[in-house]
Amino acid sequence: MKFGVIVFPGSNCDRDMQHALQDDLQQEVVMLWHKDRNLSMFTKNDCIVLPGGFSYGDYLRCGAVARFSPMMEQVINFANNGGKVLGVCNGFQILCEAGLLPGVLLQNDHQKFVCKNVYIKSESTNNLIGVNVGEKALKIPVAHGEGRYYADAATLKQLHDNKQIVFRYCDEHGEVHINSNPNGAINNIAGICNEGRNVYGMMPHPERACSTALNNIDGRAILMALN
Amino acid sequence: MKYIAHINVMPLKELLDPQGKAVNSSLHNLGLTNLHDVRIGKHITLHVDAPTKDEADRQVRDACKRLLANQVMEAFDFTLTEG
Repeated sequence: MKFGVIVFPGSNCDRDMQHALQDDLQQEVVMLWHKDRNLSMFTKNDCIVLPGGFSYGDYLRCGAVARFSPMMEQVINFANNGGKVLGVCNGFQILCEAGLLPGVLLQNDHQKFVCKNVYIKSESTNNLIGVNVGEKALKIPVAHGEGRYYADAATLKQLHDNKQIVFRYCDEHGEVHINSNPNGAINNIAGICNEGRNVYGMMPHPERACSTALNNIDGRAILMALN
Repeated sequence: MKYIAHINVMPLKELLDPQGKAVNSSLHNLGLTNLHDVRIGKHITLHVDAPTKDEADRQVRDACKRLLANQVMEAFDFTLTEG
């Protein structure tokens, strides 16, 4: 099993992701350039990661231009064939723009870039991440200006009914309420998966919480769930 | 024929527009308190080479649906002028 981390122009969490997977979690990592088109070295057991950052300078909309990069066309095929895909922050935005995940990430309701530790809680054991992380509130950093998850009522119902909500923002005791929501995301949604449960997107950064040197390893269980 | 498309992309009415809200309160700080419901979107212009206006319309609509607007959060409209 190996991870592939895509580097877009403007990605800035790609090396953090590589470091967390390779050095903290001892996983095999292949760095992938957005202009390449070759994913033939990856099988369904492998996981492609779209890291955080500001791909293509967030031009037009966050993730809108990256979605049409040559590598993303391959990632869409990979995901549609059952391959595992994780998008973090800007990666989540790209997955929504690509239609691999429903909904969209809007500008934070308070108009500010938010950069701090938050707590998130798994919603269901019906997906790879939920099985691995249990019910504990995980302390994971967020850093985004456009992280307010939104989907229309019909899509939300579908997400709920299919148990596709992976994480909600909560407080340190695991209570989900309005004060634990850092960006105004609808229903406190921090992460979701697709119906096939092979594509995952989340705004918080698990790769920034994998090292004992950083005094927080809550992110390890999230990344290792995709192993 | 050459056409110019004048495209407006606006956040959907039912969505909070934090940028518009911030500008709205700045206008009120300036004393312009009769101004309200500010919403901020994008204006995009582009040139189209097409045999007919209908064909230009079709191509611009396609561009809006596939890239220029995300219809989960935005609505678009446009006009075409000969350019």
